[in-house]
Amino acid sequence: MSTIERKPIDEDTKDLLKVVSDADIEELLSGAFNIRSNSGCLGRQDSENIIIDSKEDGPGLVIHIKPGTKGEKVFIPACITVSGIDDLVYNDFYVGEGADVTIVAGCGIHTTTGEPARHNGIHRFFLAKGAHALYEEKHIGTGADETTKIIDPVTEVFQDEDSYLEIDSVQLGGVDKTLRQTKAKLNARATLVIRERILTDGDEEARTEFEVELNGEDSGVNLISRSVAMGHSLQAYQSNIIGNTKCYGHSECDGIIADGGRVDASPKLVANSEDAQLIHEAAIGKIAGEQILKLRTLGLSEEDAEKAIIDGFLR
Amino acid sequence: MLEIKDLYFQPEGERQILKNISLTIPDGKLVCLTGPNGGGKTTLAKMIAGVEKATSGDILLDGESIIDKDPTERSRMGISYAFQQPVRFKGITVRELLCLAKGGTATEDELNEVLASVGMEGSAYLNREVDTHLSGGEIKRIEIATVLMRDSKLIVFDEPEAGIDLWSFNSLIRVFEELRDSRRCSMIIISHQERILSIADEIALIQDGTVGIHGSRSTIYPLICKTDCDDCDSCFVREKGEEI
Repeated sequence: MSTIERKPIDEDTKDLLKVVSDADIEELLSGAFNIRSNSGCLGRQDSENIIIDSKEDGPGLVIHIKPGTKGEKVFIPACITVSGIDDLVYNDFYVGEGADVTIVAGCGIHTTTGEPARHNGIHRFFLAKGAHALYEEKHIGTGADETTKIIDPVTEVFQDEDSYLEIDSVQLGGVDKTLRQTKAKLNARATLVIRERILTDGDEEARTEFEVELNGEDSGVNLISRSVAMGHSLQAYQSNIIGNTKCYGHSECDGIIADGGRVDASPKLVANSEDAQLIHEAAIGKIAGEQILKLRTLGLSEEDAEKAIIDGFLR
Repeated sequence: MLEIKDLYFQPEGERQILKNISLTIPDGKLVCLTGPNGGGKTTLAKMIAGVEKATSGDILLDGESIIDKDPTERSRMGISYAFQQPVRFKGITVRELLCLAKGGTATEDELNEVLASVGMEGSAYLNREVDTHLSGGEIKRIEIATVLMRDSKLIVFDEPEAGIDLWSFNSLIRVFEELRDSRRCSMIIISHQERILSIADEIALIQDGTVGIHGSRSTIYPLICKTDCDDCDSCFVREKGEEI
């Protein structure tokens, strides 16, 4: 096992870690982890089955999860607490045959003054035959409104036969600009499930692009996107599911708009095989009046009803 | 006690829907509102819950006018309303909706008990979303469960039988009977169902936006429902020699 000695973690970073990792610091530090902060490393630890190495050709990590590893979690959070940083990191995850693990890799930016801060995480996932993984990713921006916070994640997925990957991605708010790009290629009987929830407010802008190639017979993708655009924010959603063989693809894009928010959804389905079964569903609109009324008849104020509806929708 | 006084409702540019409705719902009584479709029953229910605003008239709860109060205020005063067409919520689970109804939190026992009362098993439903994956009958029973979770002075059920299977309906009848016998709250049930009418303390016929007849079950029931009738939904109209 290799480790990088843990440096002191300041309170702002601790707060961010708690939110983006959805875990307390003790849990985070109990297994395999690497904490990235302001483009440096605050600490790293392997476990018996999960080895984390620095990349040799640039900033980032190579995470090896041994075949057959079951029930382990690896935390790879990234935090920025200083303005003016433009953080770029390349992380590669190799999930071994038959493994079943959870990868937690959120990003938080907390800045109070100064230049824009940006995190650009390029994550590649290589799932071997029969590997299962849950990838949890939470993004948040906190601190002063006048400092621009940008998070631009890129996710590339390569799934071998019979593998299963679930991506649970949430943008909690406070991120001024984001471009989220996800590309995936699936072999036979591989399954990809993506659940994305994005909240934007004020003048924030969130763009999401998905491209999934279903190359192997009986491969499948289920893409579920829920967005809430408040204030004058803009969300743009593009998805492209390409069925090259007998496969199943489903995408569902639901958006709630409030105040002057805007949502632009452009789903695309490409069937290159007569056995490809591809479906898209989309619904965008304001919160239904009867939903608010129902909750008000249960005693909630109008504001609390709206909050309950949005919180539930994004959960 | 709920008192409805000279209530009128006419949406702008539309026909008059309620005309001079006056009705008293005594404490602890089960009052059924019945009558032909389009007669104004659901509109009246919405007026009581504050979901619609009356053009004129007054509604008093325990002597206090609630006509200018919004749905939240009326709910907090103890009025509960089970919608005829329940609302679906993406992302909100049955558990969360029932907890919201209870005021924030509820115990597992309370959740399981209320679902059992509408013929549902908590383990099968509590963590499911109140969305399109539930059938019409399931969502209807959850709607009823939300009002049963609350401590209410008055509950308004709008066609609770609609879309519900026979087994769940039997459970529901038992719930209504228990509530009626406990006299914990008053109930207004909008229904055409003979079995519901037969357990009412009082029945009011709402027709053409007005209260046609109103009185005790023993007085009204024989007038509107003949036991040898094949079609109880319409026999009160036959009795009056009218067509729906």
